[in-house]
Amino acid sequence: MTDTALPVESVNYADGPDQDHEVTNTGISNPKLGMWVFLASECLLFGGLISTFLLYKHNNAAGGPLPHDLYDIELTSISSFVLLMSSLTMVLAVSAIQRGDHPRLRLWLIVTAVLGSVFISGQVYEFQVFVKEGMGFTTNAASSAFFGLTGFHGVHVTLGIVMLLSTVVLSALGRLPRARAEAVEIVGLYWHFVDVVWVLIFTIVYLIP
Amino acid sequence: MSDATATVEAEAHDEHESHDGLYIKIALILGVLTAMEVAWPYIVEAIWDDTAFWLMSPLIILMVIKFILIAAFFMHLKFDSVILTQVFYSGLIVAVAVYIAALVTFDTFRGW
Repeated sequence: MTDTALPVESVNYADGPDQDHEVTNTGISNPKLGMWVFLASECLLFGGLISTFLLYKHNNAAGGPLPHDLYDIELTSISSFVLLMSSLTMVLAVSAIQRGDHPRLRLWLIVTAVLGSVFISGQVYEFQVFVKEGMGFTTNAASSAFFGLTGFHGVHVTLGIVMLLSTVVLSALGRLPRARAEAVEIVGLYWHFVDVVWVLIFTIVYLIP
Repeated sequence: MSDATATVEAEAHDEHESHDGLYIKIALILGVLTAMEVAWPYIVEAIWDDTAFWLMSPLIILMVIKFILIAAFFMHLKFDSVILTQVFYSGLIVAVAVYIAALVTFDTFRGW
């Protein structure tokens, strides 16, 4: 059995452009590889939720409206655009710390968190409207599948916002030197994944009837 | 700081600056693709009687393009080790295959 981490040799370029992590056989740090494996496993989670929605989206045997009858495509389109733009600000934050530009890093991270909060606000508003229109979480199988899928995604976005704000605090405390730029990159990977999942949900759930 | 280190840092600086421009272009493309996605159902309804095929095929193609652009550029798969691409896409392909197989058994795609 091989161990990917080589304990004898470690690299710490605290003042240089490179990353602060142990040398591995793959050349990829373990935290980064771990995040990618986690994201690959998340594909199975969201795949299950999307499949459940596809299976039950026309099922209102228990009565009540279907999600498709209540969609506000204009609102959801704006939310989708906001989340897409948050991916841009996130990647600019990663770029900023790789250049050692910490004020810009914090600025872009805060803008990303604000855009994420706007997206979540839109989702909460949409849920409220749906409930007022008579479609709650347990109204029928279609509504349960819809709230389950979009709610899980909303929880992921909320966790992402917490991670972004924690990163801002760490940076403000001076605990995110340029050599630890990869930590921001890993938070960014999670954020982009949340965005990319929404790309799928927006098309499959909202646009395809 | 040695000359070599300064050179490496300057190169890294230039590289990231050039990537920033690329990221903005990608974001603009994503915005345009999203606008096309939203507009497409209205266009299809106005032109074709049998809307199912003309509606879904372009929407799925646009979705896949957006997915690949975000994964390749914003998630750096294009610039990072190919191992990461293999790890991520193998998880994705397994998920898609498993769930399409499951949905086919329930006859979910009839009418698509």
